Amino acid sequence: MSETIPTVAGDGSIVAGLYRVGDPVEDTSAPAGPIDKKWTTRKFDAHLVNPANRRKLSVIIVGTGLAGGAAAATLGEAGYHVKSFCYQDSPRRAHSIAAQGGINAAKNYKEDGDSTYRLFYDTVKGGDYRARETNVYRLAEVSANIIDQCVAQGVPFAREYGGLLDNRSFGGVQVSRTFYARGQTGQQLLIGAYQALERQVAAGTVTAYTRHEMLELIVVDGRARGIIARDMVTGEIETHLADVVVLASGGYGNVFFLSTNAMGSNVTATWRAHRKGAYFANPCYTQIHPTCIPVSGDHQSKLTLMSESLRNDGRIWVPKRAEDCEKDPRQIPEEDRDYYLERIYPSFGNLVPRDIASRQAKNVCDEGRGVGPKVGDFRRGVYLDFTDALQRMSAEAVAEKYGNLLDMYQRITGDNPYEVPMRIYPAVHYTMGGLWVDYDLQSNLPGLFVAGEANFSDHGANRLGASALMQGLADGYFVLPNTIRDYLSHAPYPTVSPDHPEVVAARAAVQERVDTLLAINGDRTVDSFHKELGHIMWEYCGMERSEEGLRKGIELIRGLRAEFWRNVRVLGAADTLNQSLEKAGRVADFLELGELMCIDALHRRESCGGHFRAESQTDDGEAKRDDANFRYVAAWEFGGSPDGGDTGTPVLHKEDLVYDAIALKERSYK
Amino acid sequence: MNLTLNIWRQDGPETAGRMVTYQLADVSGDMSFLEMLDVLNESLVAKGDEPIAFDSDCREGICGMCGLMISGKAHGPVRTTTCQLHMREFRDGDTISIEPWRAEAFPVIKDLVVDRSSFDRIIQSGGFISANTGSAPEAHSVPVEKRKADRAFEAAACIGCGACVAACPNASAMLFMGAKVTHLGELPQGQPERYARVVKMVAQHDHEGFGGCTNTGACADACPKEIPLDVINTLNRDLLGALRQGR
Repeated sequence: MSETIPTVAGDGSIVAGLYRVGDPVEDTSAPAGPIDKKWTTRKFDAHLVNPANRRKLSVIIVGTGLAGGAAAATLGEAGYHVKSFCYQDSPRRAHSIAAQGGINAAKNYKEDGDSTYRLFYDTVKGGDYRARETNVYRLAEVSANIIDQCVAQGVPFAREYGGLLDNRSFGGVQVSRTFYARGQTGQQLLIGAYQALERQVAAGTVTAYTRHEMLELIVVDGRARGIIARDMVTGEIETHLADVVVLASGGYGNVFFLSTNAMGSNVTATWRAHRKGAYFANPCYTQIHPTCIPVSGDHQSKLTLMSESLRNDGRIWVPKRAEDCEKDPRQIPEEDRDYYLERIYPSFGNLVPRDIASRQAKNVCDEGRGVGPKVGDFRRGVYLDFTDALQRMSAEAVAEKYGNLLDMYQRITGDNPYEVPMRIYPAVHYTMGGLWVDYDLQSNLPGLFVAGEANFSDHGANRLGASALMQGLADGYFVLPNTIRDYLSHAPYPTVSPDHPEVVAARAAVQERVDTLLAINGDRTVDSFHKELGHIMWEYCGMERSEEGLRKGIELIRGLRAEFWRNVRVLGAADTLNQSLEKAGRVADFLELGELMCIDALHRRESCGGHFRAESQTDDGEAKRDDANFRYVAAWEFGGSPDGGDTGTPVLHKEDLVYDAIALKERSYK
Repeated sequence: MNLTLNIWRQDGPETAGRMVTYQLADVSGDMSFLEMLDVLNESLVAKGDEPIAFDSDCREGICGMCGLMISGKAHGPVRTTTCQLHMREFRDGDTISIEPWRAEAFPVIKDLVVDRSSFDRIIQSGGFISANTGSAPEAHSVPVEKRKADRAFEAAACIGCGACVAACPNASAMLFMGAKVTHLGELPQGQPERYARVVKMVAQHDHEGFGGCTNTGACADACPKEIPLDVINTLNRDLLGALRQGR
């Protein structure tokens, strides 16, 4: 398997003053042969492990969302000794729980022309041809098994009167392949995985470590062999060793401070692994969702998503003149309103794709025509107006279709959307980037597997709706149990003693970091740094990027990071529950990740997926992808010393993307 | 608005706690209750006081991590999760008391943070359907009557926050239990383990130190997900069925 990927830097010269180019990287674990036979071949070629030997083999899994929870349950069922970690008080709380819409599967229950190939095709196209074909095909292939498994566990999917499963069309695709459980699909799928996991806890195959946070990866002789974790209740720094480590720790959208992620969602597990040698792929690929409830003030701690379906019947506008922005929207006459999406994109209107709707909303607000309360210098909101729909359909019909969403809006904002136009603004929702993995979901560090949102592999530069849940469960239930089995068939690996120098060094590094954070005792709170980082990221590494802006962002982040280590104030002790200390460690890692995101965005001089690069647009101002120069995965190697505070100069390893089964096409919405 | 906050502070599981009074000025009605506490914490850190520990994660009412007794009511005056409660529900000059969930089976870890791992152990005892990965039949091989599917879904909406326990004068977890027993027991897939499940879960519930149910209905009143009280009837009926079978 792919255990010997070269990590030598190319000719050593620094590009753009920011990074070096190393040798290309490639996935060597996908078997040869036609794309629809690869997974069958790989499963067959994967070696078996004698059931009697499995209980002697141990697996650490960090994260208990759909990917981590499903993997822990399945590997436990197989008889391996599994240690499962989460920072929450129960595995059931992982942020997969918040996914609303649904889960795609190529069941073709509607007989509307769906197939494995079509789901594969839609996912690759939706990712704007920046995802790896082999992985996506497998995702589509196992999608049908996911539904079977979830139904057997008792997941209460929506059903028709005949008792069969209902499907809907979602995210702009033309087939109905999305399975759902009202607006709580993520919750129901996660509870299914959680119950399967707790069943294995009772069976003695899985040990659950809740309120534990992974703070370091242990690498011995080039292999991932364990983690250092902090017990968040007692503060104890613990060493956990195993034959294989799985990171299923979610995405890093909270680098923007405000996002739809949970408060605790963080990059620390994957970032610590990156510092120990794991490549971080496409870090700049983030998804920004256009229909979130806007920020109401500086106190705001998180953003809430409303379903995009609102754009089917709502009309989006801002005042034509900045001086009207403070007025009651109902007093602004029709001729003074700018329905800017309908104006710029007459054929798609309010239904343009997420990235375009998001970018144009930011543009009109940056022009000073935003609405709602001023936050900082700007009003960050645009109207989503249901007046026409209410006249056309009646209030009852609108309530029938959108009642839950409108109630949620009213609860959060205090405004009645049946009387006053709603306000929306884009927000960070999902990160497509993550640790680089091969077809086996193994990183370039042998023994380190990465699943779900934490890896980079399936969504390219933009993720389709209802495919995050699919990927998490595909990785956890069906992919990892097969590929990890193959890795473990070569075990046991030499026993690692807790006194091994690498283990001792990892523990010491964690202890030193905790001590340092508590000793700085500066003037600024952790949150104030986090908020400032979020502003920088949103401004310079958000929906629209330019070389000038990104360079400024990098400079600001470097300055902020230096100040953080000089001036942060973390109160309390190390040996107790200390939420400021937890946050400080996470923000410290975000401050390093943010810089790499900007460098990645800067080097990718093309507009693709959810990202608009100012230097890469068509004559009429639309996104221009550059397949000739950027049809690759950017896998970044950490450039600094693993222990020091310096991030050094990252090294870029390119993985060329090959499209054999699908022809490249351009997107156009005009 | 300006508020007086009486907040439970407790340094650790073994130490005695106390109510501490804080004044907080310029609270906006648009803040969520937890954002109000964030603002208080920022001001405490600025003064050199350790911030108040409280649990929250998704802050959109679905993960079940947050939960506070607010002036004596679980999740406060409106039927929602603490994270979805907004300050516009309060008035200038209000005094608000803020305490952790109070139940023997939810020991305090620090300040407003409690240990709800007893809920996980109840699920471990039987709150699942045994279906190993890979063993599932085709999803459409077993149709489910829509009425039963809807009832299962309604019960499955439980987020495991513990408000039912906190609101109950007996600190009983019967609504939480009933929700799981109903969710799994309504579905054909849940039938083989239906009676064994309820017996094991009830035994674990009692072992954890939750109190008995006296049908006050306080649990269902406090439930942010509106789990109906009659899931407890379903649980009792299944328990009776199990006892009749000699389990």
